[in-house]
Amino acid sequence: MTRFALLRLVQSLVSLFAITVIVFGLSHATGSPIDTMLPDDATTEQIAALSRNLGLDEPLWRQYLVFLGNALQGDFGMSLKWRGQSAMGVVLDRLPATLRLGGLALLISIAVAIPAGVVSAVRRGTWADHLVRGFALFGQSIPAFWLGIVLIWIFAVGLGWLPTSGHGGLAHMILPAISIAAFQIAALTRLTRSAMLEVLDTEYVKLARIKGASETAVVWRHAFANAAIVPLTYFGVLAGSVLTGSIVVETVFGWPGAGWLAIEAIRARDFPVIQAVVMFFALAFLLANVLVDLLYAWVDPRVRHG
Amino acid sequence: MASSRLPVIPLALLVLVLLGPALLADLIAPHDPYQSHLRNRLQPPVFAGGGWEFILGTDRLGRCILSRILHGARYAVAISAVGIVLGAALGSALGLLAGYARGWTDAVVMRLVDISFALPSVLLALALAVVFGPSFSAVLAVIVFVLWASFARQVRGEVLSLRERDFVARARVAGASHLRILSRHILPNVANTITVMATLQLGVIILLEATLSFLGIGVPRPTPTWGLLVADGRQFVVSAWWISFFPGLAILLSVLSINLLGDWLRDRLDPRLQQV
Repeated sequence: MTRFALLRLVQSLVSLFAITVIVFGLSHATGSPIDTMLPDDATTEQIAALSRNLGLDEPLWRQYLVFLGNALQGDFGMSLKWRGQSAMGVVLDRLPATLRLGGLALLISIAVAIPAGVVSAVRRGTWADHLVRGFALFGQSIPAFWLGIVLIWIFAVGLGWLPTSGHGGLAHMILPAISIAAFQIAALTRLTRSAMLEVLDTEYVKLARIKGASETAVVWRHAFANAAIVPLTYFGVLAGSVLTGSIVVETVFGWPGAGWLAIEAIRARDFPVIQAVVMFFALAFLLANVLVDLLYAWVDPRVRHG
Repeated sequence: MASSRLPVIPLALLVLVLLGPALLADLIAPHDPYQSHLRNRLQPPVFAGGGWEFILGTDRLGRCILSRILHGARYAVAISAVGIVLGAALGSALGLLAGYARGWTDAVVMRLVDISFALPSVLLALALAVVFGPSFSAVLAVIVFVLWASFARQVRGEVLSLRERDFVARARVAGASHLRILSRHILPNVANTITVMATLQLGVIILLEATLSFLGIGVPRPTPTWGLLVADGRQFVVSAWWISFFPGLAILLSVLSINLLGDWLRDRLDPRLQQV
């Protein structure tokens, strides 16, 4: 187990290193930020002075090493758009809003998808199964940004039950969280259903039935406990796509999180903030995947010896 | 549960919403999609009090929504088709190579797969849009980047077990070159998987393309892509809901029919393929 964990950790570090190179390279291919920072009639001396100040006159590999060293300490420099704030500070300011929204979306996904997937598998072929599969199909086909707009149209404008956009209490989070969760619910439901179908067909579940275990015990204790490993492995992807979903949905709802920040930063060519956001998202995603892999290996010994 | 009958309704839907308009937009669109009719701004659709001239209503410049949706189908089809072909080809080739060669090649390809999976696609698209400006090729690059890794991983996994099978060993004993073994003996055995994955991913790609143009980082204005059409109506949720509603519905129906076809194809060709 330790060997597997170490191997997985080293692999992630290699990925992380490559991501820092990509992030650094992309931001530097975008053209100089100086154009947006100085007025059009700036003199050559002014431009040179600012270049020196920002370290943009150094060779590229030196700039990368400096970037890497600072990045390891969470220092991505000062934001160009939000003057006087560090890039990391700007991201950390917005992160709680994204985590709250993403957390709620994740919670909704699991709370809806697991029971729906289990029921759909246990009652295979009944109207409940068809209903669940129909909904899952819709969830996978609907564009999140459009779902958000339609939800605003129905529940905020039409019925007036919930606010249209902005930041506030739980009421402000419900519509955006549902918009993010729709796709995840669909994916997780389908996974849970197919995993359950497979397990329900095994000998040990049949044996449990023959022994006279109650239906609830058979479904949840014997079948689901073993089927749960499949949705579990999907959890890393799930956490990542919730983050990605938040970029789009935060923009629709004007939710002041890190996703919306990313779009604002890119429009303003705010390199340091772009770097900080991308690194943060990539790191979160990698971490989620490593944790899932370790958990998976711990639960299922075949993985770590395979 | 696999039904062998051709899924008629999804096919009809696909032709009606996506393929038909993409091929025939010039012939069937009632208006020029770029033409403003300033006297007919924000006309509601015909069943909500509007006239027959603009069946699905008009936007804030008086452009015909129906015509714009019909023309938008073109871009949806063109971008996703080219993207899928490129992404599937690149991913499958690398997957074949990694699974067949194993060792270092495999390790490098799989690390690249990990890296691809770790970079959120929308963020990458944002970065690319800033680098190259919003463009057709930047969108294609993002699509290929998103696709190749899942194809590579799936194909590699299957090749790893295929290469140990007897028919591969026999081909080798018979003196077949590596290239021949790969192309004549292994590739045909993963072709079904690649086809099914491509169909299942088509819906994902149409959604991604729409998302990018919605955010203003896809194919640039004034091209009437479906995502852009939805974005155009965002400020009019209260006064003119139809501007956003119908283009979004077109996306939903297209992706829905593609996903139904994909599921059917999987049941037919590759029932063991686990896909989300």
